[in-house]
Amino acid sequence: MARAAVRGRLSWQVARVSAFVDETQDVRSIVLEAPAWPGHRAGQHVDIRLTAEDGYQAQRSYSIASAPEDEELVLTVERLDDGEVSPYLVDELRPGDELELRGPVGGYFVWEEPLGGPLLLVGGGSGVVPLRAMLRHRRAVGSTVPVRLLYSARTLDDVIYRDELTGLGAMDAVDVRFTLTRDQPEGWDGYARRIDRDLLEEVAWPASEEPLTYVCGPTSLVETVASALVDLGHDPARIRTERFGPTGT
Amino acid sequence: MADVAVTTLDGNAIAGLLADVFGQEMTLATGTCASCGASGEVGTFVVYTRAPGTVARCPACTSVLMVLVTVRNVTCVDLRGLAALDLTR
Repeated sequence: MARAAVRGRLSWQVARVSAFVDETQDVRSIVLEAPAWPGHRAGQHVDIRLTAEDGYQAQRSYSIASAPEDEELVLTVERLDDGEVSPYLVDELRPGDELELRGPVGGYFVWEEPLGGPLLLVGGGSGVVPLRAMLRHRRAVGSTVPVRLLYSARTLDDVIYRDELTGLGAMDAVDVRFTLTRDQPEGWDGYARRIDRDLLEEVAWPASEEPLTYVCGPTSLVETVASALVDLGHDPARIRTERFGPTGT
Repeated sequence: MADVAVTTLDGNAIAGLLADVFGQEMTLATGTCASCGASGEVGTFVVYTRAPGTVARCPACTSVLMVLVTVRNVTCVDLRGLAALDLTR
């Protein structure tokens, strides 16, 4: 999709739901047809607005899961049980339904090929979503920037994009590491603990390589990772963070 | 609305609201805290969206930097906590 030559004021547009992918028990990807979509950069968001029959509106920001080069615009949404918007998006939305959205928005948590690397991507739970857009973008443009992904989930069944990420790790010079914090299947050869300084010291590029780091997940994970990396000598200016609400990792 | 734990987000979560108010992408703008002098990208501000309105605080000293309240499609913006908001990089 070509990027719009002229950036107008941000306005709401209607997109149609064309398909779904059930990623995990609590996470669903929503494939959208958005005729007026101007294109996006990897890591950007869209705002989704729901309007109830009585006029009440609720609005949330979701990371875009697809790469700019992908044919379709895809969001991946985790159901938060106490959420106002996500249970509707994950459980109620049907193909053919329409959604109001505006975007793309954001520019801070964005990776594009010219920013280079080496890249360190650290995700917790559905924090992997914008990182996946970056990985797809990297592959789509044929980038050779080396990447390490460290992804924390509760169990193997909670790992979003499991096959895709495993495939990337096998074929694409992307070093993919999973850590399962709650439960591990028999014979699990990945990590089995929360991300902390020791794990980062083992997995992260050394500070001397001056990696560019993106961390996305629940606030506690993001803060643990960012402060541990700074402690390990990483330049804070090369660590970009994005937090979202409480959820399991 | 369901009872929820206080949820802290960051400036990325209000990129759309800020773009709407300022007419351009704001998460890469640099804000300087009027209380402690720390400066950083708006994307790094600590954001509470479940306060009355939206509140952005300084990640260094927790002072309130920005308050945005939307009522009937009019958004009131209070930036008194910012000494500077630099749009150029």
